Amino acid sequence: MNFAKIKQEAQEKVDALLYGKNPVVFVGTATCGRSAGAVDTLEAIGRELRSRGISAEIVGTGCLGLCYAEPVVGIARPGSPTIWYGNVSPERAVELVEGCFVKGNPLTEDVLGSTEGEAEGVPHLLDLPMLKPQVRRVLWNCGVISPTSIEHYIARGGYEALRRAVLEMRPEEVIEEVKRSGLRGLGGAGFPTGRKWEACRRAPGNEKYVICNADEGDPGAFQDRSVLEGDPHSVLEGMIIAGYAVGARRGFIYVRAEYPLAIECLEIAISQAREKGLIGENILGSNFSFDLDIFQGAGAFVCGESTALTLSIEGNRGMPKPLPRPRTTEVGLWDKPTLLNNVKTFANIRWIITKGADWFASVGTEKSKGTAVFSLTGKIANCGLIEVPMGVTLREIIFDIGGGILGGRGFKAVQTGGPSGGCLPASLLDIPVDFDSLTTAGSIMGSGGMVVADEDTCMVDLARYFLDFSEKESCGQCSLCRLGSSHMLQVLKSITEGKGRIEDIDFLIEVGEALRTGSICGLGQTVPNPVLTTIRYFRDEYEAHIYEKKCPARVCRELISYRIVPDKCKACMICLRECPAEAIQGGKREVHAIRQDKCIRCGVCLSVCPPRFSAVECVPGRLANGG
Amino acid sequence: MDEWITFTIDGLEVRANKGDTILKAALGNGIYIPHLCYHPDLKPFGGCRLCVVEIEGRGLTISCKAPVEDGMRVRTETPEVNNVRRVAAELLIVNHHADCLRCAKNTSCKLQDAAAYIGIEKGLTQRLRPVVKTFPVDDSNPFFIRDFNKCVLCGICVRTCQEIQGLGAIDFAFRGVGTKIATLGDKPILESACVSCGECVVRCPVGALVPRNAQRYTHQIKTICPYCGVGCGIELNVRGGIVVGVQGDEDNPVNKGRLCVKGRFGVVEFVHHPERLATPLIRKNGELRQASWDEALELVANRLRKYRSDKIAVIASAKCTNEENYLLQKFARAVLGTNNVDHCARLCHAPSVAGLAQSFGSGAMTNSIAELGDAACVLVIGSNTTEAHPVIGLEIIKAARSGGKLIVANPMEIDLCRFASLWLRHYPGTDVALLMGMMRVIVEERLFDADFIKERCENFEVFKESLKEFDLDFVEQVTKVGKEKIVEAARMFATIKPATIVYSMGVTQHSHGTDNVLAIANLAMLTGNIGRRSTGVNPLRGQNNVQGACDMGCLPNVYPGYQAVSDPAIKKKFEMAWGCSLSPSPGLTMVEMIEAAYRKDIKALYIVGGNPALSDADVQHVQKALAQLEFLVVHDIFLSETAKSAHVVLPAVSFAEKDGTFTNTERRVQRVRKAIEPIGNSKPDWWIICQVAQRLGAKGFDYSHPSEIMEEIRKLTPSYGGISYQRIEKVGLQWPCPTEDHPGTPILHTNAFVRGKGRFAPLRYVPPGETPDESYPLILTTGRSLYHYHTGTMTRKVAGLNSIEPEGVVEISPKDASQLGIAQGDRVKVSSRRGEVIAKAKVTKAMSPGIVFMTFHFAESAANVLTNPKYDPVAKIPELKVCAVKVEKV
Repeated sequence: MNFAKIKQEAQEKVDALLYGKNPVVFVGTATCGRSAGAVDTLEAIGRELRSRGISAEIVGTGCLGLCYAEPVVGIARPGSPTIWYGNVSPERAVELVEGCFVKGNPLTEDVLGSTEGEAEGVPHLLDLPMLKPQVRRVLWNCGVISPTSIEHYIARGGYEALRRAVLEMRPEEVIEEVKRSGLRGLGGAGFPTGRKWEACRRAPGNEKYVICNADEGDPGAFQDRSVLEGDPHSVLEGMIIAGYAVGARRGFIYVRAEYPLAIECLEIAISQAREKGLIGENILGSNFSFDLDIFQGAGAFVCGESTALTLSIEGNRGMPKPLPRPRTTEVGLWDKPTLLNNVKTFANIRWIITKGADWFASVGTEKSKGTAVFSLTGKIANCGLIEVPMGVTLREIIFDIGGGILGGRGFKAVQTGGPSGGCLPASLLDIPVDFDSLTTAGSIMGSGGMVVADEDTCMVDLARYFLDFSEKESCGQCSLCRLGSSHMLQVLKSITEGKGRIEDIDFLIEVGEALRTGSICGLGQTVPNPVLTTIRYFRDEYEAHIYEKKCPARVCRELISYRIVPDKCKACMICLRECPAEAIQGGKREVHAIRQDKCIRCGVCLSVCPPRFSAVECVPGRLANGG
Repeated sequence: MDEWITFTIDGLEVRANKGDTILKAALGNGIYIPHLCYHPDLKPFGGCRLCVVEIEGRGLTISCKAPVEDGMRVRTETPEVNNVRRVAAELLIVNHHADCLRCAKNTSCKLQDAAAYIGIEKGLTQRLRPVVKTFPVDDSNPFFIRDFNKCVLCGICVRTCQEIQGLGAIDFAFRGVGTKIATLGDKPILESACVSCGECVVRCPVGALVPRNAQRYTHQIKTICPYCGVGCGIELNVRGGIVVGVQGDEDNPVNKGRLCVKGRFGVVEFVHHPERLATPLIRKNGELRQASWDEALELVANRLRKYRSDKIAVIASAKCTNEENYLLQKFARAVLGTNNVDHCARLCHAPSVAGLAQSFGSGAMTNSIAELGDAACVLVIGSNTTEAHPVIGLEIIKAARSGGKLIVANPMEIDLCRFASLWLRHYPGTDVALLMGMMRVIVEERLFDADFIKERCENFEVFKESLKEFDLDFVEQVTKVGKEKIVEAARMFATIKPATIVYSMGVTQHSHGTDNVLAIANLAMLTGNIGRRSTGVNPLRGQNNVQGACDMGCLPNVYPGYQAVSDPAIKKKFEMAWGCSLSPSPGLTMVEMIEAAYRKDIKALYIVGGNPALSDADVQHVQKALAQLEFLVVHDIFLSETAKSAHVVLPAVSFAEKDGTFTNTERRVQRVRKAIEPIGNSKPDWWIICQVAQRLGAKGFDYSHPSEIMEEIRKLTPSYGGISYQRIEKVGLQWPCPTEDHPGTPILHTNAFVRGKGRFAPLRYVPPGETPDESYPLILTTGRSLYHYHTGTMTRKVAGLNSIEPEGVVEISPKDASQLGIAQGDRVKVSSRRGEVIAKAKVTKAMSPGIVFMTFHFAESAANVLTNPKYDPVAKIPELKVCAVKVEKV
């Protein structure tokens, strides 16, 4: 089948859905939506529509990125714009159906915005403060199309790039275009993609492989998952084009088994693409053949490292190969030249081919072109998935797009690049977000996790949290990473438990530096980053923990105290009764006080003290008895 | 050619081979760079991070992986290097259970070396706040202990098991500080795929893997392993006149330090076993009683004197030295006046000697062990190499793992199948059909080496004609191997060169064993795979000195060096040398001796070290035959099944207590050295033979040392002409080595065959002596286990080997087992037309339906009670590999 025919059929199918006689209900059913209850919402909508005898199409979509508003539902009535609603619980869904289809009165409460036309009193969805500053390329289709429909993808321009590449361009031209675009690897290291493709093409050998690294393992990072669950074909298209460019016939998507929905979406997408002749022998009638398989990772964080990943596919234990060694583009999977790129890198390829390198490079900075996708989490008002041009500042991301700090508290730090990234303070909020600036500041772009810390976050504890993760994920082959991370963690634990010693900060720096310069792989080298950057930017917190035995953020239990403000206490006996340690003295009409020697600092008293009294407070440091 | 380059380490100019790593070059130049995970035999790992150095202008790198470059400037002491190295060392040290004074690796520990070099500060433990973790020690293995608390996770054991042993019994498991070296499922090592070779134990840089009861020694004596025909060099660790340990001899070209479980862990215990015979025994009133040497020797001489030459036979031993075997056949021929001398080669490679002599003119391995690893194609037929010749198995694995093709032809799924490109599972006893089928394909597709055949061979047309019988339909039907596989094997073997053939008793122990050998020789000639490196026909000999015993003329038809007894000129030569007249007629083979004894035609039998009561086919018959003898003398180190029925038992010394030479399977004559004094009142076999001979009035038996015997051997044996103790002091020589300036012969038939032209043999397919029928519906095939040796005389004295493999089992396919209602571990009765034995069933997919397998090591379930004595008409070898049996649950 030729591509024009495929495209026409897809268009017809999509038009019939969108412009047919039946209304369409979109429900965001990616993992973030599901964890907020989207499946129940979807079922409630279906039930309600059926019980009312309304015929409507229900379409599950990926994630729009407005994770804070999940479940997200869009309702399109024939001839009307699509109205998007947030936080749609099953109960709320019933009301929505009634409002939209029975009363003919689309509710305005919880409306996020409209698309496909203007609705009175409803702003356009893309004018939402969280969406407006974004430049959506990788996320172009996410939340908008059904990830299980290849027609949806094709109708929105999908596989046009593949057609153009394999039918109208020589592999060298494809590579040249990618090179010129300035695209850099979005898995974190930022290696120029075109140069990698060229190296793989030039590597001698007839047998080559293309691998998509979808082993996203950072806590707080979900951008690769969202792309796979929202727009899997964009990744496949990029991989097939890459196969054509480098001369590979076979590709693997290495995706962690903890992403069952992403795997399901990929499986469907691969079989659909194979059915349409977009994967397989003689793609679109060309001489080029390419096939793809999914390989499920078993949850080892280190398998995101390229050499560990290829070993894992080979059936070995995933352990990074030490330098010096040949590049994966020369000696990769089964010792054959292998091109390995991240999900988002592949998702960008279609744009570079259809719109050209210049268009692609029109956003971004001099050395970092295009966009960056971040998972915005932590103490942030609008958590979600965002895509911005390279070079926007941290401030724009956190305050404009993210809506500032949750609960209006003060900003303390932002951690970029996952557990091996660094923590940057308020003074660096105006640095541009690109590969090089973040590295200069002591952090990394990483795979795109961005965790925001507010003023109530203890930076020593935060460092301990990330190190606790990395320490467990060390593959164990290199003595520095395996043991160094463990001992640094022991020391950090001691500090947070009030057992810190004067020499500990120097010890952490010394071991951290050894790991940074001496470990085998990127994991080991970046493990100390959260520790080194928090020492660099928040040394006073470490010192308070060690010298004053105080946790300024009032997080570390051994370094805080609870006390009752006598003036505020109404002697209501609530805290006294609830205290599990029987540490509160006093009685009826007798102002209460906490016996510090008995107090276990569980915080129950603070949580039960009626807000109108607010007589209990948490203070840094340990008080003497009677305090 | 090596290419030299020059670079500097800390300003010092050093030379290195291009391609060497910085660490290797440094160590080679006597410059120490701390390291733990580096081992010269293994690929670099880069895990310990101790060998970090700085290359000027390039930054830090690990010296165990970074290659040297001309002009490169390397620094081993910079602040960055020091920080990385010191932190890594400190971390390793505080996590190591430093129990140095009680540790077996104390003073040889690489971590101690590194710590001493780097210098460990006081207060280290306090600063690092180590969490004390204790892993349970794995002491499941009878030979070594795994103490994870001392493990530094250098991965040397993992790589050794993978790269050298090809096994992968262990790997890294778990993550973070919980990372440990584990077997599959983290089970005790004894329950894993580990074969207890101990290669990892030898290489472990710290005390994490240590031999049990390791003892330091006062000195080491280099000698040769007494087990199989590979002939590995070993060093006996001696302390206070006792052998306390064994080490692989890294300078020995055969094994380069590698050993199997028997060689490494199975020697000390049998040498010093309390059951070692320490005094002569004489049968009085039906019982063996202790006697003095004088009494025993007098008795032997007096009794032997009574018999006519043709009433006496002598069985020599493939475990004894060349010197002893030479003396024994000289004793038989010159003193007893008979050519009735034979030995256990009759039961193993008589067909090789006969067949290869017919095809090539020489019946030994054509090439050397070390060449196998470089072959592009290896055909292993009728050899379970990793079990029976483990160190040669490693070379085959090396060939397969470095890109070579391995074709395994075996009815059983042997371990080598894991590495095979092709596995031909042919029916037992159909080797001729299989090989001729392959050759028919090669001829039809014109894949043969026409030039080689034309220039170097003869009788090709007659042979070609005989291929007509072997059309592939017939071959498939007989062998039960698919046609397409036969074609694939034929093409593979004919086109990928150099190709070599390795075979063993699966080929020879048949009633048509000689035909099997001829077929193999045909295949090698047809493809031109002979006379060059990594080609050839390589029969793996069984016993440590079975090659030597044959070379020394312990065969009824030849004098030393395969010089025919029937040749008058040769006879004359030996008569001159020995000062006596000799018999011109060939004597009896071992099988014929037993028959003759049974018929009372032979009345006196002199056995040195053999145990035919357990090793021959149809042993019940053999035992009856021995009982008919009027006089049986046995030399042995233990009271074997055969010795128990002797009239006189003479206690011999083990290999550790005598000097001499062994000739291994690749024709290498190697020195055996006395490490300790004889146990009790035992004596070397050569001394005993001399004493008996002298008491019989013979001249020329007054040697004071085996070296004098060797001098006599080389005067009379052309192929040994250039071999003296002096020349083989360091490295053994491979015969033929006719003169003192001859370098030895690693490869036979290089320019011409020994017999001139290689002779193709036309062959026909003959089925085995017994095929399954209604009464005996299964085929029994026999073989060896890794953990035991021959009739178990030595290995069953080693507690550890017994604990790993305590008893013989009957291996049976799941299909047959379920049909017979047999479950794993059930006791079953196996019976043949000759007898029955009871053993435990081992149900395994390694067996094809219709075929069962037993080893012959165990007296209490002796497989040879069952085997068929029908023998090969040429080589007189019994059909030990095929007999019809039935199996029943008991």
